[in-house]
Amino acid sequence: MSELKFIEGYPEYMYKLIEIVHETRSARLKEKPRFMTLEEREEVLKIHPDYAPGGKREIRIGPNKGDVAPNEVVDLLEAYPLINPNEIDLNNVDYEPDILIIGGGLAGTTAALWANDNGIPAENILLVTKLRHGDSNSVMAQGGTQAADRPDDSPIIHFIDTMGGGHFANKPDVVRALVEDAPSIIKWLVELGAMFDRDENGYFLELSGGGASRRRMHAAGDYTGLEEMRVVRDEFRNRGIPCLEFNPAIELLTDNDGKVVGAVLWNMETREYKIVKAKATILATGGFGRLHIRGFPTTNHYGATCDGVVLAYRAGAKLRDMDTVQYHPTGAAYPQQIIGLLLTEKLRTAGAQVVNVDGEAFVNPLEPRDVEASAIIRECYIRNKGITTPTGIRGVWLDIPMIDLVRGEGSIKKLFPGMVRMYNRFGINITKNPVLVFPTLHYQNGGVETDPYGQTNVKGLFVAGEVSGGVHGKNRLMGNSTLDCLVFGRRAGITAANYVKSGVKIGKLTLNHVEKYVKELENTGIKTSRRSPILLPDYRGKAVLARMIDVF
Amino acid sequence: MEKTLEEKTSERFLDIMERIKESNKSVTTGIDEKEIKHWVTIYIMGKAYKVPADLTLMQAMEFAGYRFIRGAGCRAGFCGACATIYRKKGEYKLRTALACQTRVEDGMYLVQIPFAPAEKPVYNLDKEGGGLDVVFKHFPEVARCVSCNTCTKACPQTLEVMDCIQAILRGDFKFAAENSFDCIQCGLCSIRCPAEIIHYHLFQMVRRIHGKFGVPPEPNLEKRIKEIEEGKFNEEFEKLLKLSPEELKEIYRKREIKLD
Ligand SMILES: Cc1cc2nc3c(=O)[nH]c(=O)nc-3n(C[C@H](O)[C@H](O)[C@H](O)COP(=O)(O)OP(=O)(O)OC[C@H]3O[C@@H](n4cnc5c(N)ncnc54)[C@H](O)[C@@H]3O)c2cc1C
Ligand code: SF4
Ligand code: SF4
Ligand code: FES
Repeated sequence: MSELKFIEGYPEYMYKLIEIVHETRSARLKEKPRFMTLEEREEVLKIHPDYAPGGKREIRIGPNKGDVAPNEVVDLLEAYPLINPNEIDLNNVDYEPDILIIGGGLAGTTAALWANDNGIPAENILLVTKLRHGDSNSVMAQGGTQAADRPDDSPIIHFIDTMGGGHFANKPDVVRALVEDAPSIIKWLVELGAMFDRDENGYFLELSGGGASRRRMHAAGDYTGLEEMRVVRDEFRNRGIPCLEFNPAIELLTDNDGKVVGAVLWNMETREYKIVKAKATILATGGFGRLHIRGFPTTNHYGATCDGVVLAYRAGAKLRDMDTVQYHPTGAAYPQQIIGLLLTEKLRTAGAQVVNVDGEAFVNPLEPRDVEASAIIRECYIRNKGITTPTGIRGVWLDIPMIDLVRGEGSIKKLFPGMVRMYNRFGINITKNPVLVFPTLHYQNGGVETDPYGQTNVKGLFVAGEVSGGVHGKNRLMGNSTLDCLVFGRRAGITAANYVKSGVKIGKLTLNHVEKYVKELENTGIKTSRRSPILLPDYRGKAVLARMIDVF
Repeated sequence: MEKTLEEKTSERFLDIMERIKESNKSVTTGIDEKEIKHWVTIYIMGKAYKVPADLTLMQAMEFAGYRFIRGAGCRAGFCGACATIYRKKGEYKLRTALACQTRVEDGMYLVQIPFAPAEKPVYNLDKEGGGLDVVFKHFPEVARCVSCNTCTKACPQTLEVMDCIQAILRGDFKFAAENSFDCIQCGLCSIRCPAEIIHYHLFQMVRRIHGKFGVPPEPNLEKRIKEIEEGKFNEEFEKLLKLSPEELKEIYRKREIKLD
């Protein structure tokens, strides 16, 4: 905005408002906002995007017919496939691994290593992924990974916290697996050489996280997911496991018994399809942030488009808990270049307050995520105490400089180098000034229903990570999803390996399930030009699209 | 008919949701140029494009009509997929950046570079151990560093890349591991390095060595794993798994919170 005057990265009028935040800081330090009562929480939750009217509808076909889900998800389920099954030649098989893994994030990569450890030779595994190996939500996790290993903690307490966080809709046996495997999977990472934060005596430095009643967050600076992902990926490469990048799966394959026996891939650059025939298929395609549910910006990576759910659903897999969506209370709302990107919850755990235009801390910073998010929306749109950016986005302040006041000078720099760096790039110094935040679309709570072993209701199809449903119930706790990827990546890898070793007979490769699904769409009277999976969002300018000619 | 209070609230909330959606349009869908006031001109692979002044290099290229397959991953500065080189108007200097984390400036000339191909040495830390000799065996080229500091200047994470290389040469893996920790493996240092060192693979190996051999086993972790293996929590889990959600809720409500 050339005619606007900028001071320290902010337009002048916003910078003036920041002064109020500075002035009120010392008073706020003394008087912290109390937690809401249950009634108050209930009241404010009415404006949460999950509970506000509109936004969801019933699914009309498939195994979850009658369940509700966000419109954007139902749109993809009630859409036609990218391929016409009759035009796909299933007789020429391009790859024939024992185990096909779809999705190269933390869950898929972990599954590959454990399948390999359990008797499947590297060359009989194939990992396919949409972008580069590791370009995923996994590398973006900042906060940490939960594991109950401190003396005053236990898997039992972790279990209770997780069930409570999920509104008791989680599958208890799956949660038990999550919490009981947690310490050993952390050990596995350490033995691979992952560098978690430690104190001078070698003990993990563990922080708390929203909804957890103990400190059990294992962090690696504010690059926890990156550290986990790159270590696991490095080991994957050392083992020589084959990997195809830029080759998303666009449909699963089934045989005459309805077992899943591989997938159709699409080479995004040459645009040709490839056929993979596999004895077992592990789906690890992650979440759906890029669907921009209810028009919210997102923290998620470019390829988070719900593909796995769509593919599995057509093959008959049951979904669960798709009706709730996790919005992170504090996404960046300014500057324009980083809207929606995550400001980790750890900032609030470390002492940052959420503050309105008058300098009031209007909500306790450690309310559950949905309550915190709702309170921010209410402040901006009902009480009109937000701050509006030059592009018309409303937000409230996250008073990051408070952290240094609470924890001592230099704490922000030390604890949040990634955040400091990100804002620095846009001329904002977060050790000195607050930043503007608004809720952002963060996590797919539900997904393809799993059991404690990573099995779905469809034979031959296994799941792990964000694409799966059941472990987090209606709401995931911070630090439980990277854990989910690791624990169920391992379990799915082992289960799939055992399944392969038990002797799998593959019948004729078919796309029968897709044909059947299309018939069901037609019979239900769903007429639409929508096709799915969408693979990537489209952010091209409107003017260009209006004049585009598809020549080649 | 008069609307009930509930209906009115419902309409109001729906309206709020619509307003939120509308305000975020510029980042959730393609940008409509009618809404843009401020423009700059940038040169993408030599061609001039007028783009909104508020965007990142990545968003600007999309506005101009590019749809990324390569060159975009996390879109948040964590994955290194969007390594870009550019020059500014009237400047001789070749700069490096992450396209998702850099704002457009008038007169920028830019190209996105595909991820530079690089051999990753294959090793087995369990068998080979983590000595300096093992690192040299897999990365002999590290000895060719001429201390030109080009890598440091290229790093979009502003890491002290050369210092890490020098530390490795001295066998100070701790320094190298800690100071290369924020490396997002974008490869920009490596394409500029005259000695053709593959920093990001090398740092990865050194960090793994440090994480594996450079720190003692964690006592609490070992103990807890043993307890779980011995079935210490089995009985209690069996009980918990039989409870109704209502009963679990009661336990949850009464749970003690200990955060210090
Ligand atoms: C900004 C951010 C911060 C987070 N912080 C934390 C945290 O602190 N702690 C925590 O526990 N969790 C955190 N999470 C959540 C956690 O990172 C993810 O839920 C988890 O890593 C998901 O891993 P995944 O392997 O299931 O999916 P991903 O890591 O997303 O990997 C899925 C992969 O599959 C690919 N793919 C998608 N579709 C296809 C297809 N059709 N064919 C082939 N490949 C496909 C994707 O491109 C991607 O590479 C955070 C998430 C985000 C976005
Ligand atoms: S050290 Fe090299 S690979 Fe790592 S972030 Fe810096 S420039 Fe990129
Ligand atoms: S660019 Fe290469 S040669 Fe120059 S300092 Fe860095 S590592 Fe050494
Ligand atoms: S897209 Fe991941 S760093 Fe830019």
